[in-house]
Amino acid sequence: MASAEGGLTQTGYIKHHLQNLVFGNHPENGWSIAHGSEEAAAMGFWAIHLDSMFWSIGLGLIFFWLFKKAADNATAGVPGKLQNFVELIVEFVDTNVRETFHGKSDVVAPLALTIFVWVFLMNLMDLIPVDWIPRAAELSGIPYMKIVPSTDVNVTLGLSLGVFALMIYYSLTIKGPVGFFKELAFQPFNSPNPIVQTLFVPVNLLLEGVALIAKPISLALRLFGNMYAGELIFILIALLPWTLQWTLSVPWALFHILVITLQAFIFMMLTIVYMSMSHEAH
Amino acid sequence: MNINLTMLGQLISFAIFVFLCMKYVWPPVMAALRERQDKIAQSLADAEQGAQRREEAEQEVNAMLQDAKAQAAEIVAQAQKRSNEIVEESKNTARKEGERLMASAQADIEQEVVSAREALRKQVSSIAVQGAGKILGTEVNADAHAKVLDDLVGQL
Repeated sequence: MASAEGGLTQTGYIKHHLQNLVFGNHPENGWSIAHGSEEAAAMGFWAIHLDSMFWSIGLGLIFFWLFKKAADNATAGVPGKLQNFVELIVEFVDTNVRETFHGKSDVVAPLALTIFVWVFLMNLMDLIPVDWIPRAAELSGIPYMKIVPSTDVNVTLGLSLGVFALMIYYSLTIKGPVGFFKELAFQPFNSPNPIVQTLFVPVNLLLEGVALIAKPISLALRLFGNMYAGELIFILIALLPWTLQWTLSVPWALFHILVITLQAFIFMMLTIVYMSMSHEAH
Repeated sequence: MNINLTMLGQLISFAIFVFLCMKYVWPPVMAALRERQDKIAQSLADAEQGAQRREEAEQEVNAMLQDAKAQAAEIVAQAQKRSNEIVEESKNTARKEGERLMASAQADIEQEVVSAREALRKQVSSIAVQGAGKILGTEVNADAHAKVLDDLVGQL
């Protein structure tokens, strides 16, 4: 909590923990780091969460570095510990992709692997005690620091929009624009009578359009909501007297291990399902 | 909780990481996995083949063993038969030899008896002549009483 705001009130503490480090174009201050949520809100769209980007890209690099190292030393003989670990995850992802996605694609499996490991790592940041890194950052002059990228709706939306873009791309290239349009326009209502069918088309377009748009939104909000809620509970627990904190934070952290893995898995599975849907006409 | 540039930043880094994963991580790991799978499948097949070969060899050995046993039994049977024959043969020979010896002994004995009888006959006639001469007190002419003497000798 910034000393400038004075006093360590509980509301202030929570607000401080939920505020990203925003760098953007403030109407009065120009390009600067926002101090407080009002300044951040005033920056509008042209602002970036430095902390989210830093942790997100950092964790992505850790993922890539670790897996690349294993991939470079990959041998068909007796695998080392790292290779074993990486193979375990790769096989897990590969099995899930094979079971759900029946098309032929070089993209879907690596996409699923990236999502699973990356989202898992981002969620994993939730298990670091809530005050450690923000406090260290504050001492070194950084006013805000949110270390769990998946509690930032921008991050989860960025991921789901990537998936959405791929869905649209594959729908258009594999089914063709006409096939894709037919899927949107002639479902779920159809009729052999051409006149009735024509009447159904706008209804279908509306329903299917909403269903299509809902996919990336729900994908993003599900992950964001779960992680945000979990983070908030950790922050609330941190408000207790320090002698009592462990009685709640330990069980919640243990439970959260399940949540973070599950959410990463769900994000991956839904991505595979969406990819599968856009690859096959039904 | 504003939607801002972070979303685009995340989208771009997402695309880059997926690309990197697709290019540098997935193919080598999968290749290693496939290769190991093939290797394991190959070794399993080899092991199976080895087991099959061993079984075949075992069968062959068993057949050979049985053959050898049969041959040995045959040889033993032949030997037994041959020894029986030899024993039988030598028994026969021995019996014949014994019979022959006995026959010749019998013949010898009969010869002795005949010659002894002959000698007795001769002595009987001379003893009879001498006895008669003593009794009569005269010389008895053996030739004159040859018929009586021959009868006497013939009674012996």
